[in-house]
This record gives sequence, C-alpha cells and structure tokens, in this order.
Amino acid sequence: MTVMELSNLSVTLRRRDVIRDVSLSVGKGEFIGLIGPNGAGKTTLMRAALGLIPFVGNSSLAAMPLAERAMAVAWMPQQREIAWPVTVETLVMLGRTPHVGALASPTDHDRSQVDAAIRWMGLDDMRQRAATRLSGGEQARVLIARALAQDTPFVMADEPVAGLDPAHQISTMQTFARLAEQGKSSLVSLHDLGLAARHCTRLVLMSEGRLIADGCPAHVLTPERLAEVFGISAWYQDTEQGPVCQPLEVIR
Amino acid sequence: MTRIQRILAGTVALFVAAVQPVQADAPGRVVSINLCTDQLAMMLAAPGQLLSVSHVASDPRSSAMAGQAGNYRMNHGLAEEIYVLQPDLVVAGTWTPHSTVSMLERLGVPVAVFQPARTLADIRERLVQMGEVLGRPAVAETMVAEFDVRLAALQEDMSDRPRAALYYANGYTAGDQTLAGQILLAAGFANAADEAGYRAGMKMPLEMLAMIAPETVIAARRYPGGSRSEEILDHPVLGAFRSGSTMTAMTDQDWVCGTPYVLRAVEDLARTRRGMTGADR
Amino acid sequence: MRLVLPLVLLVFVLFAASLLIGPAGIGVWEGLSALFTMDESPQALVMREIRLPRALLAVMIGAGLGVSGAAMQGYLRNPLAEPGLIGVSGSAALGAVIAIQTGAATAFALALPMAALAGALGGVLVVVALAGPRGTSLTLILAGIAVSAMAGALTSLVLNLSPNPFAASEIVFWMMGSLADRSMTHVWLALPFMVIGGGLLAATGRGLDAMTLGEDAAEAMGISMGRLRLAVVIGTACIVGAGTAVAGAIGFVGLVVPHVLRPLVGGRPGRLLWASALGGAAMLLAADIAVRIVLPERDLKLGVLTALVGAPLFLHLILKLRGTRI
Repeated sequence: MTVMELSNLSVTLRRRDVIRDVSLSVGKGEFIGLIGPNGAGKTTLMRAALGLIPFVGNSSLAAMPLAERAMAVAWMPQQREIAWPVTVETLVMLGRTPHVGALASPTDHDRSQVDAAIRWMGLDDMRQRAATRLSGGEQARVLIARALAQDTPFVMADEPVAGLDPAHQISTMQTFARLAEQGKSSLVSLHDLGLAARHCTRLVLMSEGRLIADGCPAHVLTPERLAEVFGISAWYQDTEQGPVCQPLEVIR
Repeated sequence: MTRIQRILAGTVALFVAAVQPVQADAPGRVVSINLCTDQLAMMLAAPGQLLSVSHVASDPRSSAMAGQAGNYRMNHGLAEEIYVLQPDLVVAGTWTPHSTVSMLERLGVPVAVFQPARTLADIRERLVQMGEVLGRPAVAETMVAEFDVRLAALQEDMSDRPRAALYYANGYTAGDQTLAGQILLAAGFANAADEAGYRAGMKMPLEMLAMIAPETVIAARRYPGGSRSEEILDHPVLGAFRSGSTMTAMTDQDWVCGTPYVLRAVEDLARTRRGMTGADR
Repeated sequence: MRLVLPLVLLVFVLFAASLLIGPAGIGVWEGLSALFTMDESPQALVMREIRLPRALLAVMIGAGLGVSGAAMQGYLRNPLAEPGLIGVSGSAALGAVIAIQTGAATAFALALPMAALAGALGGVLVVVALAGPRGTSLTLILAGIAVSAMAGALTSLVLNLSPNPFAASEIVFWMMGSLADRSMTHVWLALPFMVIGGGLLAATGRGLDAMTLGEDAAEAMGISMGRLRLAVVIGTACIVGAGTAVAGAIGFVGLVVPHVLRPLVGGRPGRLLWASALGGAAMLLAADIAVRIVLPERDLKLGVLTALVGAPLFLHLILKLRGTRI
C-alpha cells in the first residue's frame, strides 16, 4: 500500500526544467530522507507532488480533491511562517482545520489530538505563549506539532531540522522515526547526511532536477555518488550504533 | 407692469442710452472683468465705449445678459490680456483678485472697483456709480428712474407673508443681510432662516431647516454635471417642504448681481407667493 | 465570548448618542419618541430622515471598514494593509465620481455604488497582484502609494473637468469622507452591497486562520487559495465601494480597529473579523459624533479625525515592523 505515487513528474518554471521525469512511490511506514545539493529541486518536487504548483505527469496526492488531500498528507513548508501572535495551542489546533467543519468548533477528539501533539514535541510548558515570541528552534517544534495534529498517514516536511540544536535535531528525527513505527510515512528533505543516514529508512537523492538514487542509506550514500553529486568525500560505516556518515572534504 | 410695458421700457432705455452723448472726459476704451460690472457696463456704455467683458458674462446660467455679451470681446480677468487691449478704464468687483487689480494699477491702467450690492437700494447706487465712471450720468438716471417705477409697482399688500427659506448647495442659506434675502423680502416672503438667526449668507444644517419648518424652500437651481454639494437639495427633508406647496428654483442669473434684473427675480418670486396665498389675480 | 458583550454595548451606546446629538437640540425623550411616532413634526423629520440614516451609515460603513481591514490584513499577512491606505477607497471614490459626472448616477441610482465597486475592485486587484501574501510590507506600501496617487489624480482631473462649479471643491469630501446630510436613500443604496461583502468576508475566517502559517500550509490544510482570494477581493470591493460611494473615502478605520482588537482575540484572524466589525462601527460612530461636537459649525471631515488617531499608529507599526519584515 502506498501513501504517495509520483510518475514521470516534471516541473518547468520560467522555461527552465526544474524537475525532470521523477517517479517515486512512498509506502506505508517509511521514513524517507530527500537529499541533494542546493537547487537540486527538493522543495519544488514536494510542492508539485502536493499540487501547489503546476506540473506535468502524475501525482496521486495532487489528483485528490482539496479536502481529501488535507486528510491524506500534512505539509510543513521550509519557511517557518507565523504571521500573527497566536498561542502555541491555537497554532497547533490549526492542524485540525481539515477535520473541523467550516462552522463547527473543535471536538474533544480534536483537543486530545492537539494535546498529544504538544506533549510529543515537549511543548507543554509553552502552550499559552505567543508563537511569534518563541525562538526559531521552538517555532520549528511548534510547527511540527501542528503537522502532527493534522493526524494524516503521510507527512511531508521541508528541512524540518534546519536551525535546530543537536538535541532537537535528533529528537525531531526520532519523532519521524516513531511515526514510521506507528505505520505513518514521512518524506523529509535534509541537508545533514549524518542524520539522514542514521534515522531514515530510505533515502532519495536528487541532483539537477533528476532522481539519482533511491534506496537504503548504504546503497545511496556511496563515495562515487557523494563525489559526483555533492562534490565531497565522506566517511561511511555501518557501526553497532547504526550507520554513520560523516562528510570530510570538498573535492572539487 | 405687464411684460409688454417692461419690454417697452427697456427699449426706451436702450434708445436713450444710444443717443445720449458721452461726456468729453469720459473713458473711450473700457474693459470689465467682473460678472456684475459686465452687466452694468453693458447697460450703460455708449456704443463702442465698452471693449470687453468677462467670459462669465456669456454664460446664460450666471449672466442675465448672456446674449448681449456675445457682442463684446471676452476676457478671463488676466492682467496681461487686459493690458494688450490698452483700456483707459477697467471696471472690477471687490471679488476680483487683488493681485490683478494692483498689477493693472502698476501698469498705469485706472481701475474702478464696485462693491457688490446687498440691498435693492445698493442697485440704484451701483447704476449711478457706473454712469459716473463711464461718463454717462444721464443714462444712469433714466435707468434708476425706471427701476424705481418697477419696484414701486411691486409694493402691494404684504400683510400675508409666507415663511420661506433660501437653500443652496452645501447647505448654505441667505438671511436679510444679503441681496438674495432682500429679493425674498421684496417678493413678499418672510425669511424663516433669518428668524432663526441666519442673517448673512451662512451654512444652515439640514436639521435646522427641518426645525424652522418654512412653508416653502426656495432652492438653488442645479448646475449640469452633478456634484455631491448639490445632493443636499434632493434630501427628503427638502422634499417634505416641497410637497403640497410650490418649490421654486432660483434662476441664478437674475439673483447674483445687483442689476435691474433683480426685479425680474422679485416678480417671479412674487408670482409664486401669490400662488401660495391664493391671491393670484 | 467575553469581548462580544462590551463591544455590542459600546456600539449600542454610541448609536444612541449619535441619534441624540445634533444642532437641532432635541431632548433625549423627545427625540426617541419622535423616532417611533409616525407624525410629520419637525422633530420626527430630523430624527427619521437626518439622524437615523446618519447613525445607520456610521454603523454600516464602520463595520464594513473594520471587517475589510481585518480580512485584508489576514489575507496579505500584514498589519499595514488597510483599504484607505492602499488606495482601495481612493479607487472607489474615482468610480463614484465618474458615475456622478457622467450622469450615470442620476439615470440609474445603483450606478453609483456599482461604479465605486468597480473602482474598488480595480484598486484591490492591483494591490493583491503586486503584494500577495508573500509580499513584504514595502511592496504593499509602494503598491498602495501608486494606486492612491493614480486614483487621487484621476479623481481631481474628473472633478476639475466638470462643468459643475461645486465639483472642483469636492476633492476633500472624496478623500476624507463625511456622513453629513445623508438620507435613507443612501442607506438603501449601500446596504445590499454591504450585506454581500460582509457575507463573503465572514466566510473567510477559517481560511484566514490557516493563512497564519502561510499560503502553502493553508492550501495543504484544505483551504482553497483561489476561493479565499476571490472572497477577500470581492468582499472588500463590495464593502469599500458601497461605503465610499455614499460617504467618501474614510481612512485608517481598518488599520486602527484590527490593531487594537488583535491582542484581545488572541491574534486569530478569523475571530478578528467580527470583532473588527463591531469595533469599526464603534470607531466611526465615535468619530462622527466628534465631528459634530468639536466643530459643529464647520463640515469637519471624518477622515481628519480617523487620520489623527490612525497616522501615528501607522508610523508606530512601521517602526515595529522595520526590524523584522520590511
């Protein structure tokens, strides 16, 4: 069973091919890291898959009606936009938007989902604070909690760990891993190859709008690919504590 | 006085004006740059004496003598265009921009400034004054005499004075201290706005108009090309005073300037009053 | 909610005050009884034909400006968005002036609000196109300056070309707004558009809440951006168009009211909509009472008072946003 199916997806922006012929299938319980250098097309791929920008090809999510799609996938954009000084609790409750009717008010179930998301992200002590006054890292966690509260079988997140301290980077990755354990899937773009190798069940490597490799970390993060795509050398080892990937030097 | 008699009187006055000689020291090249002096000058000047009148004089909405004004060169009250006409007298009103008057005086052009008329008696004085500056006092005297005759004819029984109010765009009214207010009185009305303390030309809120509840409202005639200022004349409150009684519109060209045409306004208004009081002959 | 009752009460008190204040000096009891008796006394005429439409228009237009300010801010994600400041009101005034000067308004009464609506629509489309939800405050203000300047210049031009001697001096009314000497005709003229616009904007609450997280996140939460944009644009144009057609462009209400009330509704754009409607009605009623008390002899324009309150607040907001968004 898949939560997202992309076939031959291409995106052209300002007469430039940004995404070319990408096919990708995301199954139940997968935690996929989407990696690639800057400008590889990671964000564009995810936005096209959601139907937020025009594309050619097929995306199972974009084909859904708006309301149905909101039940099928949660999306966390890279920009941590919080326009108004709403409380953390209110912001997380926004994740329940697809579940609460236009004129209805949140039910107990909605509230318990919000409570669970807040607890999960360790935000209990800042529930009533204005989200705009939090630090960047705190805001990132609040926005993840918002995506979790949407309670969808699939979560897409664009660089959710950027700007977080190591502890929160790891706990965020663990959050997605735990979602996978519960049978929920996620597709997360990352720049930290170490985190990607260590936590993701599968990696998808993109370069210049194309999908270069797709598979388990050891299969994707080969020295040749890292040299070709990123222009770096790295130390990769399957250790007792799991796979470790440490970039070393720029080689071009 | 009947219409025929009036026309006859006017013709006689014009004939007299045409044959009366100009005094020796009278100005030979006169330019008028104010709507009211335009009309006085056109009435009194000898043929060829008046060179130019202001462009407003040929606007039928403002000028009672728009037809005659077409016989004269038109000016826009600019010192430069007046100077090239080489006048030996310029007649202007007190509302003429001061800068224009002083500029003309610096250029050596004598300027005679006329006060606006506020009463019917003022009209006689302006006629005399214009007769003097044009060197045509005899013509002016004839015209004043005719004015007195027509005015006397209007002084009939005024025991029944209906309360009326004048109402203009932007909610302005006029009391007894204005020419319009005097026209209203001469036509046999009582000025309801004046009773409420609006003695001069001033703003009277619509609410006050409703409270003084005049028997009729005499509203300004509307100009073409709508404006928000005139919308007040369509307000239902005015409509309330229009229903049942007659609503007269002011024919601006007869009301604005202190000339004998004011009598035409008085006559029109008096007819309205007779219609209201049932005293129509 | 705790905010509803005080706001409703405030609007009610100000509405009553607006009915009871005026140059005619009608007593409280006398005035209220004149309002409900169907006689033809001068008092009844003043209450029903002059003061009632004035107070009703203040409520309608104030509420409309409040709600459209809140909606535009929510959609553009910017507290500086305000129909008056960004030229929507100015464009509406241009439409109204054209309708009056071409004679369309005389030939067909609804032509006036409809032309103003068309003007407002043009203005709001330009601003939304130039400074959408992702635009910065700078693009918003610059777009607003351009639209305002253009609309103001064209309005002056049309008025100056008018054969009507009063038209040229009316630029002040169109730029500053006034509720003096309005009648029930104006209420009926504006009401349908106000109701349609209000209905459209009232339905945007959920979408605007979701917009707190940006366009992408909102759309992924099932909010149709196309429909939200359409509702905000048409709703604002209806309200501002109808309001400006009968009362001129009144600025800053849509800026001040949402700003003051935002903390009281926990920053939520959806709740801010109805709160701003009530707050806007209260602010415009208060301003219209003030113009009658401060300078009863002069036709002081409403925009003068709203700008005296609003402009310093606007500067304060710019100062606050300077470090973060611009």
